[in-house]
Amino acid sequence: MTFSIPSNPLPRYLLQIADDQLVMGHRNSEWTGLGPILEEDIAFSSIAQDQVGHSLAFYEILHQTHGLDNPDQTAFNRPENGMLSSWLVEQTIGDYAFSLVRHWCYDQAVALRYESLAQIQDPNLQALAMKLRGEVKYHTFHAQTWMKSLLQGSEESRLRMLSALKEVWPLALGMFEAWPGETDLMQEPGSQGDPWYPGEKNLQNLWQTRAMESLASWGVEVEVLGLQRLEPVLGGRQGYHSEHLAPLLEEMTSVFRLDPQAEW
Amino acid sequence: MPILSLDPRVNRLQAEEVPADQAPVLVPGDHWPSYQVFHQRRRGEKHSSVGIVHAPSLEIAMAMAKEQFARRGETSNLWVVCTADVLEMDYADEDVFRTTPAKSYRDPAGYKVNDKIEAYKAQQTTLR
Repeated sequence: MTFSIPSNPLPRYLLQIADDQLVMGHRNSEWTGLGPILEEDIAFSSIAQDQVGHSLAFYEILHQTHGLDNPDQTAFNRPENGMLSSWLVEQTIGDYAFSLVRHWCYDQAVALRYESLAQIQDPNLQALAMKLRGEVKYHTFHAQTWMKSLLQGSEESRLRMLSALKEVWPLALGMFEAWPGETDLMQEPGSQGDPWYPGEKNLQNLWQTRAMESLASWGVEVEVLGLQRLEPVLGGRQGYHSEHLAPLLEEMTSVFRLDPQAEW
Repeated sequence: MPILSLDPRVNRLQAEEVPADQAPVLVPGDHWPSYQVFHQRRRGEKHSSVGIVHAPSLEIAMAMAKEQFARRGETSNLWVVCTADVLEMDYADEDVFRTTPAKSYRDPAGYKVNDKIEAYKAQQTTLR
């Protein structure tokens, strides 16, 4: 099981997106059958399924255009330090408040990444970003409606969401960790001539502004909550992970490892 | 009769009369109403009733409806309507419709115009 992280900026960036989606999809699918009500169980499972699907689409392009191994090998046959997913997505599901707040933070960020990727020159990637954007629009709608309802619901629901928010926030900031090659990718002209990738710092600012606006509109006093003072949890984009990723990979790849060369 | 449920379908069952002092206190949020879902396949076509979802609000009903009823096949639009907002006739009044099937003169099949159309067509052919 050897793997070398792509040295070119574009495939590395795509791998980060794909790994986030794979790990997030796998984690969210752990709610299947345990969701709070039937309708939500189905909706959340469906979102998880979408996310694994998105990772496959990117692994496919990495395989066909950037010389990585086929999607099954790339997804299931890599050492932990070859995974470029953020710490946010690998954390265990916690309670539903934690999973919902994480889903909200995560999919808002994905929406921003796809918006920017839709400006790339490569027609295949552009088309893919446009296609996947529609699905993410539903993910963010789903997340927003739950956030709003529970933050404006009972005292208990509000407190549980606020506490989850404080727990998730530093991890969510970690999604925007700087990575080698980032500044090179920021120079690449997009379909309109201007650079298509704004870089992690700018993405984070945009994400944070939108998130703060939404929270304020739901009556959350963000200054009182102290979100601005929280520091990001970093490491994921360099292949360093928390204690939660290894068991996840162990479980996710258990069937694959029975026969790594099997044709599915 | 005390309200047994926020869902009118449950109330219609009239399963068991609960004495007023034993009736459960309904806390909004603990008990969710149902919403009727209407699905439109393509723009311009009609929205058809496809089923219900349970949800605490219209918005969440929409978020649920999308996955319950628009997971497969084509969809261009969805409506959700709170079941309690639907005014429904009472089945006890079903008799207002009882004589309708007998009124065949309201049925287009009841008009005997085909003979006239055929005669007109024949006349046109002869004239030519």
